[in-house]
Amino acid sequence: MTEAGSAQTKIAGMTGRAVSVVVVLAIAAALPLQLSNYQTGLATEVLIFGMLAMSIDILAGFAGRTSLGHGAIFGVSGYVVVYASAQAGLPPAVAFVLGMTAATLVAIIFALLAVRTSGVYFLLLTLALGMIVWGICLRWTQVTGGENGMRGDVRPAFLVTHRAFYWAVLAAATFVSYAMWRFVRSPFGLTLLGIRDSESRMKSLGYNVPLHLFIGFAVSGFFAGIAGALYAMFNNFVSPSTVALAQSVEGVLMMIAGGVGTLFGGFVGAAAIITLENVVSAYTQRWQTVLGVTFILIMICAPEGIIGTLRAILTRGRLAKERYKGN
Amino acid sequence: MDRRQFLKNSTAAVAAAGTGAAPWRRAFAQAAPIKIGLLAPLTGVVASGGKEMVEGVQFYLDSVNYQIAGRKVELVIEDDASNPDTALQKARRLVEQGNCHMLIGDLLANTGLAVANYVKGTGTPYFIPIIAADDLTQRQRIKNVVRVAGYSASAFTHPFGDWALKQGYKKIATISQDYTFGHEQCGGLAQVFTEGGGEVVQQFWHPLNTADFSPYLGQLADLKVDAVFAMETGADATRFIQQYASFGLKGKTPLLGAMNATDQSVIRTLGEECDGIIAAAHFAEGSDNPVTQKFTRDYEAKYGKIPSLYGFSMYSGMMWVAEALEKLGGKVEDRDAFLDTVLKTELVGSPLGKTVKLDAYGNPIYDVQIRKVVKRADGKYWNVPIASYPGVSQFWKYDPETYMKQPPYSRTFQGIKKA
Amino acid sequence: MSTFQLLNGLTFAALLFVVASGFTLIFGLLRIVNLAHGALYLLGGYIGFAVATRTGSFVLGGLGAMAAIAAIGFVLDQGLLRFVRGNDLRQVLLTLGFAFVLDDMALVIWGGDSFTVPIPQMLKGGMQVFGVFYPTYRLFVLATGIFVFAGLWLLLNHTRLGALIRAGVDDAEMVEASGVNIRRVFLVTFLLGSALAGLGGLMGGAFLSLYPSADAEILVFSLAIVIIGGRGSLVGVGVGSLLVGLLNTLGQVMFPELAYFVIFGPMALLLAFRPLGLFGRAATT
Repeated sequence: MTEAGSAQTKIAGMTGRAVSVVVVLAIAAALPLQLSNYQTGLATEVLIFGMLAMSIDILAGFAGRTSLGHGAIFGVSGYVVVYASAQAGLPPAVAFVLGMTAATLVAIIFALLAVRTSGVYFLLLTLALGMIVWGICLRWTQVTGGENGMRGDVRPAFLVTHRAFYWAVLAAATFVSYAMWRFVRSPFGLTLLGIRDSESRMKSLGYNVPLHLFIGFAVSGFFAGIAGALYAMFNNFVSPSTVALAQSVEGVLMMIAGGVGTLFGGFVGAAAIITLENVVSAYTQRWQTVLGVTFILIMICAPEGIIGTLRAILTRGRLAKERYKGN
Repeated sequence: MDRRQFLKNSTAAVAAAGTGAAPWRRAFAQAAPIKIGLLAPLTGVVASGGKEMVEGVQFYLDSVNYQIAGRKVELVIEDDASNPDTALQKARRLVEQGNCHMLIGDLLANTGLAVANYVKGTGTPYFIPIIAADDLTQRQRIKNVVRVAGYSASAFTHPFGDWALKQGYKKIATISQDYTFGHEQCGGLAQVFTEGGGEVVQQFWHPLNTADFSPYLGQLADLKVDAVFAMETGADATRFIQQYASFGLKGKTPLLGAMNATDQSVIRTLGEECDGIIAAAHFAEGSDNPVTQKFTRDYEAKYGKIPSLYGFSMYSGMMWVAEALEKLGGKVEDRDAFLDTVLKTELVGSPLGKTVKLDAYGNPIYDVQIRKVVKRADGKYWNVPIASYPGVSQFWKYDPETYMKQPPYSRTFQGIKKA
Repeated sequence: MSTFQLLNGLTFAALLFVVASGFTLIFGLLRIVNLAHGALYLLGGYIGFAVATRTGSFVLGGLGAMAAIAAIGFVLDQGLLRFVRGNDLRQVLLTLGFAFVLDDMALVIWGGDSFTVPIPQMLKGGMQVFGVFYPTYRLFVLATGIFVFAGLWLLLNHTRLGALIRAGVDDAEMVEASGVNIRRVFLVTFLLGSALAGLGGLMGGAFLSLYPSADAEILVFSLAIVIIGGRGSLVGVGVGSLLVGLLNTLGQVMFPELAYFVIFGPMALLLAFRPLGLFGRAATT
């Protein structure tokens, strides 16, 4: 039984999983050819927010700590990118790197304070830290433009069209997904899983739990920073709402909708929420109610999210099949 | 026809005819409807103003049966949530998915600036009857952004400063929401007031959505000034006026307000606290001008409330665009000609009862009314003019080129002339 | 700080106390971070406003607000939260979703306009206290805050229910094991906490007005207070409210640039180094 289950058929020398990755990428790359400019823009947003949701998942799904401050980390990257580009006149690539660095630094500061807490307290602490960042962006008008935010032509010339930018973001998303995937499967990632499952056990085994959480947070912030920099380029604009609590909440919601701990569920969750918003807003003003009800339903009926629930169904199916075969 | 109807129609049409615009479709474009994208804050801090913006536009379009220059008009309404990120998203949706020929609306300056930045790239005509950020028609002028039937923030406070001097006020203090609109309104007042010999003793700036004004009121009470100028909008205005009265300042120091502070959307839910507050604006719903009276009466009959600045401005803005399109024979697709015509059109049917023209920079020139809040016969409060300044432009009495050399009003630059 | 500013800070602190005490009852005993607490405040204000304007009585408005919000709290706890008991994170996020729905419904019913709860005639105007002219109503708020504190103190320390609540904050399982129907205690606590939010809404609605984002603001203050004061401690909430109320007023006057930092800075530091807050005690579970 198990033999058949683990045999891998290879197509052109690639494993089944690799083939599915290639197929998905091919479809994703071909999308703009079929979609309108506006829809390509939406797809770009799905990729960007998917990356944000995944970065939150690194901590939530793999280290058991849900953060409500990642919107701030995401937004800070955007602010630095727009500032570097519009005010300091630096080239886009430099601005991009500065944005990522800033996000990682903010994540490190958050981590230094938050690493000793867990559960609801971690949630509230990251919320408070996010609010401080928001307050700074709102009030430090000289640098951040305050209420008005900052505008600029941030995209490099060759990425000005909808399609070109989408492909650039797709490339970034592919790279980021691969990097995150390797990260959570590395020994370090497995340690984080151990911490999520039982912190006390890991401690007694001699692992430096705070240090692991700290590094995990910093890495998570790094990826959120990439997403934030891309978002700034997408909009050519950044404002306090980009770092606000609502942004963090949206990221967490997308992660949950896709499935905590599934990593790539982030893209699924982002696609689900963004599509829902667009469809619902066409028929009613009551998007907020729909969002609230969706949240409630997910928490009650499907807390594992879309991918999580699918996996559960498949596993149940496979177990049922094996039980049947055994009989 | 509203957005939902429009979307159902367009979905059906698209499904029937297939996507994409074939060349033969362009020939039929003239008969196709004019699509107008309306952005307004229907949720968030200034939701009450936003709803009235929509009513103002609908009031006008209803009066012409949603037809301009022989073409049908489709109005698509989107909520900008009082938030620049959302405004940008919705603007993108209206232009790229909704294929709107033009955008109109937005209330808060930051939402307007975000959308203006976006249309700079797409060239879509964007009309801003409410957004008052000075620079959009001054130093940072964008060709396709026109302030039809609108106003720049400092345009009304310049003459207000002059009026304050004429009342014999020597010292004033200002309190304002801390954002561009506030800085510009206060700056206009402060510049003219101080250049005429007055003194601005202190200026207070508070974040939007300040619930509790008590810290500021305490300080204001101690200052012993001749008048207080309050630049407040929306919920902040309501609270400030109430707390000003409850802390006993109402009887002691005259309160001057920005026109938004004494707008119907605020004073409608207030009582005697708002009685007697003076502001400067182009619109006074209690004016005895017959055209204004008719407008106010008709609006009240239809919506059950006295029109506010937001309803009035959007109505006038929509009227302006319509009059320009009539002149152009409805050819909204020719953007350059369209914008050009709008800039040259004079609003003849304005509810102000007087023709309004645009200056060389795309900003209207108005007769500014100094108006006071008084109680009407039926017990409701409204604004009645007590003095008037004819033909005021955004530059007041200054030469435009010289004026634009000084920096834009901000927290640090208020145009104050040191004695 | 002048007497005037001190009174401002104290009266604001009193309002915050009424709301935050409800929050900490629920957080302390039920371990639920009720992110819909702000929405309950706002809705309480709106409903209280509707009752007060229709009946002309401020007191009826208050009773109406408390009853209605307790009812909504009942729906939230028995109708929704029962499906996610025991899972802290899911509870928190569910209450957030509930808050979204409540907010939107309030927008549909009352629109975006600001409303002010009408003050009864005898509380209008002002009086001379400690050398300053101060609005009577705000002094009433201050008195109410003290009254609520006293009432809760008596409840928690001199009644059986209060003893059960305090014991439950320390160790809910133990209380259950000793034969008490802990579920009923939980429910009563949830209703009481919600009713306090509703009362806060009515009171706040009279001098701070009611508007769509009032709920997020009061929620954020409540969170800060409960974190600073400590989970499940009445004295903690009292001290936390005083600190936050006074810091907020001071901050607005002296450091307007740092408005949020003045409150969230201490909150963040406390969470990082003393997550139990000033007066909180760790639960034994």
